[in-house]
Amino acid sequence: MAAKDELGRTGEQVAVEFLRARGMQILDRNWRCREGEIDVVARDGRALVMVEVKTRSGRTHGTALEAVSRAKLARLHVLAGRWLAAGGRGRFEAVRFDVVALERFGGRFSIRHVRGVV
Amino acid sequence: MAVARTRCVAILGVTGHVIEVEADISNGLPGMHLIGLLDTALNEARDRVRSAVINSRYGWPDSRITVSLFPASLPKRGSQFDLAIAVSLMGAAGAVPIERVAEPFFLGELGLDGRLRPVRGILPAVAAAVEAGARRVVVPAANAAEAALVPGVTVIPARDLRELVEWLRHGDLDRPPTWGAEPAGPGAAAPAGPGGSGVPEGAAGSVGPARPAGPDEGGPLPDLRDVAGQPMARKALEVCAAGGHNLWMLGPPGTGKTMLAERLPTLLPPLPLDHALEVTAIHSIAGALPAGRPLLTRAPFVSPHHTATVAAVVGGGSSAPRPGAVSLAHRGVLFMDEAPEFATTVLDSLRQPLESGTVTVSRAAGTVTFPARFMLVLAANPCPCAQASEPASACRCTPTARRRYMARLSGPLLDRIDVKVTVARSSRRELLADRRFAEPSEVVAERVLLARERAAKRLSATPWRANSELPTGALHGDLRPPPAAMKPLTACLDSGSLSARGLDRVLRVAWTLTDLSGKDHPEVTETSAALAMWLGAGL
Repeated sequence: MAAKDELGRTGEQVAVEFLRARGMQILDRNWRCREGEIDVVARDGRALVMVEVKTRSGRTHGTALEAVSRAKLARLHVLAGRWLAAGGRGRFEAVRFDVVALERFGGRFSIRHVRGVV
Repeated sequence: MAVARTRCVAILGVTGHVIEVEADISNGLPGMHLIGLLDTALNEARDRVRSAVINSRYGWPDSRITVSLFPASLPKRGSQFDLAIAVSLMGAAGAVPIERVAEPFFLGELGLDGRLRPVRGILPAVAAAVEAGARRVVVPAANAAEAALVPGVTVIPARDLRELVEWLRHGDLDRPPTWGAEPAGPGAAAPAGPGGSGVPEGAAGSVGPARPAGPDEGGPLPDLRDVAGQPMARKALEVCAAGGHNLWMLGPPGTGKTMLAERLPTLLPPLPLDHALEVTAIHSIAGALPAGRPLLTRAPFVSPHHTATVAAVVGGGSSAPRPGAVSLAHRGVLFMDEAPEFATTVLDSLRQPLESGTVTVSRAAGTVTFPARFMLVLAANPCPCAQASEPASACRCTPTARRRYMARLSGPLLDRIDVKVTVARSSRRELLADRRFAEPSEVVAERVLLARERAAKRLSATPWRANSELPTGALHGDLRPPPAAMKPLTACLDSGSLSARGLDRVLRVAWTLTDLSGKDHPEVTETSAALAMWLGAGL
């Protein structure tokens, strides 16, 4: 496995643990369909949360948060519909889109969690 | 996560409008949103500001940034908002204290490395800021001398963003930093008295070391003495300079029409301070201010090419209006060489500014009125082949062609010319004889200055300064010449060779001739000489 994929997997694992610690229930991980992949699907109270996880190995190429583009978020919107259509589990009052950005400094990660990005 | 506010100035026409710049940093995906009716150059501020902040080694906020420019309804263009955007953004990010960026005005364009670049229109912008109650204005160091011309404000020159931010963080706001060009302290606020003649030396002295040193401003100048063989034209030029009258020179090529016109600025006195500021403001907006000369103290001389369009002459531009040749010639001379070669639309567009001293231009971004009080000097050949007065080689133009050529200068335009002079070719003997009588510009300029002072003294209780500005009411009221002097004029009026407007023009020139000869009021010599100049027969 390439180093960047390794980093991505580790980052996703850290993000999931972080979200769990925040009281969110993880429903799905790396859910795929033809349009793409949702990193994490979670339940936060009565809301369904689609989470995009972005991990970077440092800041030399800009911050991890910056790297989440408009196009990527637009794709996440489409994927949310697909996930629900595929028989989403449970009832939700709202759908929210979150970004978890991780940056590795040395062996540790810094985490930023932005809720409800448009 | 906060909102920071600061102020800047947008230029529309020649007036500055105060713009409030607000920056808000809130949760969300990183990105910068600039709102408030911006043009392309301003939209690019996003990238310039970002690079400048990062390259000045400050952190770029990793969240959602919204920058709004108020009032949103006013169209904003140009790059002078960069600095205000950067400073308000850094205030919102907590890099500089919010309360310290709120009061001063910030003007300037940012380079990608954080360097502050000079911008156009600093003088009117700072003037607008002072009017809005500003006490401190931060400007690029290269614009500092120009900004310091405005009294009553502390100008803070800045060379780059880092220097400025460090000063905003730790410096004493009441003591401008000592870097860069010498800032003008409160001393610049003192002498604003519009002393009648010339630039008051006191005001000029406090402006800074970059002031021009009088006569050597703009290199060596031509001298009126060079134009030998044209005594009448030289006299006409002197009269026009003394009274601010419009001049028309008609004659074959090579007789010195262009030379004469180019020497008109050497006869004009230096601009009084308030006029100099007006002229400088217009040139600053047009980006025509020469480097190292913050204040233009000499009457401008503008000579557009005869292919110039209406937009180039009266002002215009694709979106927001910019000053044209008539405004650049404000308080100076607009010289149109080969006048009949100009498009007739261009020539006729001069009628409004000649009458009102202003020009109104409408464009998509709004309607703007520019000042345009200038002396018009027209030069023309008598016909397209320009051989009319040459007995040896006769003119090849048909009478129709000649008439059509002259008809391009419309009657209403020529009606607004006070002095018309025919410049004939002079023989070798005349040239030699005249060389002894041709006076240098200095001598003539002294007479012009004396005449202007006499006129200003007589008109001291009125808003007018030169004889050319006298309205009809005054010419037939307090300033009406005695009946004996009016005799040749009334005769012409009766015979129909002089119109009512023509009479006013003649009276204005008669007053100028009176001022030149040092008399108290026009006598028959002055009125008949003025009449001859109006009719175009020469002195």
